[in-house]
Amino acid sequence: MAAAVSIVDVVKRFGSLQALAGVSLEIGEGEFFGLLGPNGAGKTTLISTLAGLVRPDSGTLKVMGYDVIADFREARRRLGVVPQELVFDPFFNVRETLRIQSGYFGIRKNDDWIDEILANLDLTGKAETNMRRLSGGMKRRVLVAQALVHKPPVIVLDEPTAGVDVELRQGLWQFVRRLNAEGHTIILTTHYLEEAEAMCNRIALMKQGKVVALDTTANLMAEHPGASLEEVFMRTMRA
Amino acid sequence: MIGFWTLFEKEMLRFWKVAFQTVAAPVLTALLYLLIFGHVLEDHVRVHGVPYTSFLIPGLVMMQVLQNAFANSSSSLIQAKITGSIVFVLLPPIPYSAFFAAYVLAAMVRGLMVGVGVLLATVWFVDLQVVAPLWIVAFAVISGALFGALGMIAGIWVEKFDQLAAFQNFLIMPLTMLSGVFYSIYTLPGFWQGVSHYNPVFYMIDGFRYGFFGVSDVSPLLSFGIVFASFAAVTLLTLHLLKRGWKLRG
Repeated sequence: MAAAVSIVDVVKRFGSLQALAGVSLEIGEGEFFGLLGPNGAGKTTLISTLAGLVRPDSGTLKVMGYDVIADFREARRRLGVVPQELVFDPFFNVRETLRIQSGYFGIRKNDDWIDEILANLDLTGKAETNMRRLSGGMKRRVLVAQALVHKPPVIVLDEPTAGVDVELRQGLWQFVRRLNAEGHTIILTTHYLEEAEAMCNRIALMKQGKVVALDTTANLMAEHPGASLEEVFMRTMRA
Repeated sequence: MIGFWTLFEKEMLRFWKVAFQTVAAPVLTALLYLLIFGHVLEDHVRVHGVPYTSFLIPGLVMMQVLQNAFANSSSSLIQAKITGSIVFVLLPPIPYSAFFAAYVLAAMVRGLMVGVGVLLATVWFVDLQVVAPLWIVAFAVISGALFGALGMIAGIWVEKFDQLAAFQNFLIMPLTMLSGVFYSIYTLPGFWQGVSHYNPVFYMIDGFRYGFFGVSDVSPLLSFGIVFASFAAVTLLTLHLLKRGWKLRG
């Protein structure tokens, strides 16, 4: 399987804080990959380095074979990121927001795909609504839509279901599963471990800036017979 | 190029959606300056042989061009940084030069729109001449671009709205108010005349005013050279900061 994401020995410090202490990972094309760990483990920093929001002190990161620094334009075209924070531009409505995001990626006249995303995320009725007027769950779904406007082969979801109600969460997972079935590589971070257990083929557990476990979900579970992923997670973190 | 145009259009829409605040309000402020200072000084002061109210109008126009160009890029960036929506422009593959051009161009357009608005609102009070229209356009465009770029530096640098307010109140406002908007620097004592020559805004306003009256404190060619050199220096600095991702990318 070709690598959708390749991370080799990535180090990042913020002053005295060692955020990433030599992380290496390879995520294959079409995988549904879980990146789990407690707060402060380095998940979001790792995602940020992959997205070019944070520059690593050393190491290399590639998206679909393109270095995120040397070939940043090609790498970013192939990556869609749903940020953890609920951020939005209060000047625009949902459709304007998605058209603008398409334009940033060099795509004009993208309304057919925008309509499809809106329908899949149950946002069609809110297309002309200003972002300020949406609920938290709706804003979260617009963030997902923004990450998808340029049809990236690799999609990073950084805690996408935080603050999303159960019904909307189910709809979101259904859509993400479909994207994965169509060949998109999905990288998920979440604190809802039952979601990771249900969705991810392979999981990396991070602690203090390092990957402390990396295996298929089935193998991780098999090492601790009868335990849930939450118990596996707790035992690994205590070790 | 689509990324650049989209970012430019977004920046334009951002201020146009609140045009009452971003365009109409500064026009009203300039009009009030004109009514008050014009009323008080019209019968007592002539500068370079020009009646005071006529002399004042180009200065007010340029002051608003500069302040609004600065406000546009700086407020857009600080707002995006504080709300976190800056990620939407940092995640896509927009080259830093296109990023710079889009913000500066939109800032310049807002400055020019306000400038035209001030001119249209005030021109009824005087018989305003236009001696050299190309100089008027040249100084308005380059000065608006320079302050748009300065606004980018401020927006990238500051981390809170009060820091931006300090930048505006303690640097931009004195630079513009003490540049000859309301007076000719040759009415100042010798020391302050000398100090004024170190203020690049003085050359912007003096050259802009030349376009209306054909008289100025300094040759318009020299003024344009100084303003252009300032623009080039600020542009290089801004591009350098963007390339490094200073205060934008961790």
